[in-house]
Amino acid sequence: MSLMAKAPEGRVAALLDAAMSRPAFTWLRAPEIGSTMVRGRMGGTGAPFNLGEMTVTRCALTLRTGEVGHAYIQGRRQGDAEAAALVDALMQTDAARRLRETVLEPLADEQRATKAARAAKAAATKVEFFTLARGED
Amino acid sequence: MYVAVKGGERAIANAHAWLAEERRGNTDVAELSITQIREQLSLAVNRVMAEGSLYDPDLAALAIKQARGDLIEAIFLIRAYRTTLPRFGASEPVDTGAMACDRRISATFKDLPGGQVLGPTFDYTHRLLDFKLAADGGQPEAPTREAEPGDVPHVTEFLNREGLIEEAPHDDTPPPDLTREPLEMPADRALRLQALSRADEGFTLGLAYSTQRGYARNHAFVGELRIGTVPVEMDIPELGFAVEIGDVSLTECETVNQFKGSKTEPPQFTRGYGLVFGQSERKAISMALVDRALRWEELGEDNVGAPAQDAEFVLYHADNIQATGFLEHIKLPHYVDFQSELELVRKLRREASAAQVQEAAE
Repeated sequence: MSLMAKAPEGRVAALLDAAMSRPAFTWLRAPEIGSTMVRGRMGGTGAPFNLGEMTVTRCALTLRTGEVGHAYIQGRRQGDAEAAALVDALMQTDAARRLRETVLEPLADEQRATKAARAAKAAATKVEFFTLARGED
Repeated sequence: MYVAVKGGERAIANAHAWLAEERRGNTDVAELSITQIREQLSLAVNRVMAEGSLYDPDLAALAIKQARGDLIEAIFLIRAYRTTLPRFGASEPVDTGAMACDRRISATFKDLPGGQVLGPTFDYTHRLLDFKLAADGGQPEAPTREAEPGDVPHVTEFLNREGLIEEAPHDDTPPPDLTREPLEMPADRALRLQALSRADEGFTLGLAYSTQRGYARNHAFVGELRIGTVPVEMDIPELGFAVEIGDVSLTECETVNQFKGSKTEPPQFTRGYGLVFGQSERKAISMALVDRALRWEELGEDNVGAPAQDAEFVLYHADNIQATGFLEHIKLPHYVDFQSELELVRKLRREASAAQVQEAAE
């Protein structure tokens, strides 16, 4: 679920539609936009405090065959929430293996690559100190 | 006192139509898109998210466009939108120790595990206008180098090992929330940090600067400053466990402050803490300095009467939406208020001149 929550806009839907045609479903909760209060800790490790909110879209649906799918994803993305909930439900069916290979693993690879690319730019700005000999003689 | 007056509707509608035209500017110039603002004015977007207290870069970019670049007006729009959202819950406290750091520096330790990582900073630039950007920025590309895997530990952990710095012991007391309960004094540290994190950058900077200049001096070093992304985890009631629902970018500043000890505390370093949405370095450092100054009471320090030590003064004036709301309301019609003032002044003048005439006659 976290892979789908962090995927760029439209990505889960694109991967899902490339993998299979969408099954029929009924909404248990149609996509709804709301917020989550993000918390931090004093000094990074101490008591929690409320930092501020973030937008979140959530939905829940059920397939004809009874599997229930949920989605809670960052941002205001109703289409993405629908696709994520569908994948969540389908992961409980026979399609699980196919979806793992065609949706979840590609998402994991993409997110790993994005993170690594950023980390590599940060690493290039790491300071390498060296000490100059002081001309005291 | 306010009275209902009619007759302004047409003027208001026309004023708003003109506002829309002025916002668009010269139509020979291409219109700004929300994605352009989000991608290319990202520090403005970050400020609007931080002070609007809502993390959503697209909404913040829209607000900046609608507000014609007036960031306080944009923050106002975000705050207003925020109140319309149903609250799904609160996240687990984010783990900044596991941050994917774009930047991480310490002014107190040169050689520290993880190193000094400068990131995309304005520091060390010459602050000379770059006319290349006026022509065509081109497509700059940042060099890369293989990154070392693993989390980057917090600097304060090294000092903690020697007991030289106060600890921030783990605690799970649910924090108060000023968006749910009105901000009342005395405010505990959790409430102060929430208020400071969304406080006006300029006001917080000014207060922090005052502590450096000697008003509640507590000599801060930037123990650590880090900018990067952390996952946000939330307990999902339908599932019964917590999942990551997204990533937020944060700036965290931890100051290390001189402390001679007090009646209650041994001599050791103390800490101030700043945590702000987005890449908001100036704000995070300012927040940490003000947080430290406001802690005088719990550390048993003297109240020297400095503004930054006065929680009521700081917290009741730090919110730019409250401040601008009250400030700007005085430009709205106060005709009846003013009429009574006018009557009063006329009466006083009549009495004063009558008294003078009488004095002259005597």
